[in-house]
Amino acid sequence: MKKLLITLILVVVSVSLMACSENKPRTKAVFMLLDTSGTYTQELQKAQKIVNYLLGNLDSGDSLAVARIDSGSFSEKDIVTKVTFDPKPSVTNEQKRRFKRRMDDFISTVKSSPYTDISGGVLQASEYLNETGAGHRYILIFSDLEEELIKGHIRNFDIPLVDTTVVALNVTKLRSDNVDPRDYLNRLDAWAARVSKGGGTWKVVNDLERLDKLLTTG
Amino acid sequence: MNEVNLLTLWSESPAISLVVWTIITMCVLYIARAPAHQLIRASTRSFRAGARLFARSINQTISRLNNRNKEVILSLGEDMIERKLEREFHRVNAVVAKDLGGYPALHRRINDTVKKIEDDYQNATETPPSPPAWLDAVESVAKIPRNGDGRVAKILDDIQGTIEGAHRDTIDTYRKSSLKRHQLLKQMVPNWRKVSQRMEEVKSNMVDLESRAKFIDNHMGTYEKIRKSDDGVARTLTSSSLTQFFVAGLVLLIAIFGGIVNFQLIALPMSEMVGGTSEIGGVRTADIAALVIIMVEIAMGLFLLESLRITRLFPVIGTMDDTMRKRMIIITLTILTTLAAVEASLAYMRDLLALDREALSQSLAGIAAVQTEFRWIPSVGQMIMGFLLPFALAFVAIPLESFIHASRTIIGLAAIGLLRSLSFTIRFLGNLGYNIGSVLITLYDIVVFIPLRIEGAMKGYQHAPRKPKAEKPVKQLSKKEDKLLGNESLIATKAEATDGAVS
Repeated sequence: MKKLLITLILVVVSVSLMACSENKPRTKAVFMLLDTSGTYTQELQKAQKIVNYLLGNLDSGDSLAVARIDSGSFSEKDIVTKVTFDPKPSVTNEQKRRFKRRMDDFISTVKSSPYTDISGGVLQASEYLNETGAGHRYILIFSDLEEELIKGHIRNFDIPLVDTTVVALNVTKLRSDNVDPRDYLNRLDAWAARVSKGGGTWKVVNDLERLDKLLTTG
Repeated sequence: MNEVNLLTLWSESPAISLVVWTIITMCVLYIARAPAHQLIRASTRSFRAGARLFARSINQTISRLNNRNKEVILSLGEDMIERKLEREFHRVNAVVAKDLGGYPALHRRINDTVKKIEDDYQNATETPPSPPAWLDAVESVAKIPRNGDGRVAKILDDIQGTIEGAHRDTIDTYRKSSLKRHQLLKQMVPNWRKVSQRMEEVKSNMVDLESRAKFIDNHMGTYEKIRKSDDGVARTLTSSSLTQFFVAGLVLLIAIFGGIVNFQLIALPMSEMVGGTSEIGGVRTADIAALVIIMVEIAMGLFLLESLRITRLFPVIGTMDDTMRKRMIIITLTILTTLAAVEASLAYMRDLLALDREALSQSLAGIAAVQTEFRWIPSVGQMIMGFLLPFALAFVAIPLESFIHASRTIIGLAAIGLLRSLSFTIRFLGNLGYNIGSVLITLYDIVVFIPLRIEGAMKGYQHAPRKPKAEKPVKQLSKKEDKLLGNESLIATKAEATDGAVS
């Protein structure tokens, strides 16, 4: 009996230790940046589809925020809507409905901006994700990745993206890319290098039928 | 000094040097032959002796384990037979109390009926009416011939008429009395039937009692054999235990699947109660809560069946007085019913949540929400399942008890099997080591065969006589050893004898 008790205690202790070693939370946090510059606003209907996919796949405890990329994106004002889902599933469902309504409103009333401050948006996203304390962090950039900054804005520094997966979505080819496709490839490579330098993981998903790959790390 | 130097130590030619080295080695080996043989033989013998001792100790453990297994199986069998006998005695008691308890009354009723039948029988005795005494005289007169005398003839006719009238009266009276007797006999029929019926009842009870008595006799026979630790009964019980193990294991497996279904029913709605994000030790609190509910239900089921004396896993509950046991039954049943009701409500909530999620998914996919007809059927089904599964899981105590009891035997048997294999392997390795020693000795002699030949020639022999001398007594002793395994003094004697033979 004594031996059995000791064995049980050992098992419980070892299980607890194993559990303690796995201290990374399972929650996910997603920050989606929507490019609203120039003609890219026409693509926002696709973004709505992605948001719906995210709403369907995120669960209680996860966080989701959507922000626009405009002339100066490093600002809370550019966050369209954000939510951390309640632990109760019924409340979560209601939050998702509200989120969807807000997104619908935003997409129907969005105005295009003259400049594209992607870096500012990514920095804003990084800060938001750090605050959530989620175990898995994602920044989704729905843009052509062509950055155009207002004169005087400084963005040529490393953005901290440790433990963050940055996914470029629907990276459309510009007219100039057709003339010299290397521009497109260089643009992607430049962003990949920047994300890696910041400690993050870079991914590109252009086929929006394959959204199941969206929230996977690596 | 490297290899090249060694090879050229005796001569510039490596071949010559090698030959010299070989001769030196051979001589050294020849000189060291006897102690080397002893060393090899002693080492391998020690190894074999150690292995045999180890195997012997394992065999003793097997023997103890066998005895323990037999005790366990007989104890289980004894317990089982006791239960059966107890149940049979209860049944016999019920039969005696219910049916034979009324036997004096039945006996009185049968007696009354028999007496009544006897009276009726007495009354029904046939007594033919005797003809009047004067009839013979009158009949004789009637037979007198009528010889023309009218008056005489008339008188005679009158006499004849009187006789016939008297005869008719007698017949009528006889018929009436016969009718009365028949009526009496008719009245006796139901009484006969009653007697027959009651006797049938008695017979049926007696037959039932007789069959039960035979059953008890059989069980008592087995019980006596168990008390005498009969090997045949132990084997039968072991076989029965194996069957029990597999059957109970199968039922437990089914119960585990039932538990998984139950868990799925209540895990999601549980997150509505305790939250879906908190975790304890890496496991969601909602999942733990759902598991706890299921475990508590199983525990309540165990206590309930224990209180009902269906299972005997907790002697404390089994030995409680009846009042306490009844209280325990009520408490466990109440808790179980409450938990079942909670599960039913959780199952309903799960259905609502699933419905809500489905509606949300449709809305996110841009599909108009569809109102499904008969949507209430799965809702009700889930509620019923949520209510019934706890009670079904409560009965897991019965196979669990069988499984635990059978496991004791199975674990014992498995341990014996393992130990036997280990013992065989150790003995095999011991013998292998010993034989390797013999091979090494032969190889040694092959290496020094030239000095041995020279020695043989010098002594006038054709070949070295040592080998057969050394092998023969060892072989004989090896057979002895097998027979006398376990006797340490004999092992010592054998070792000494072998040593002598080798030397």
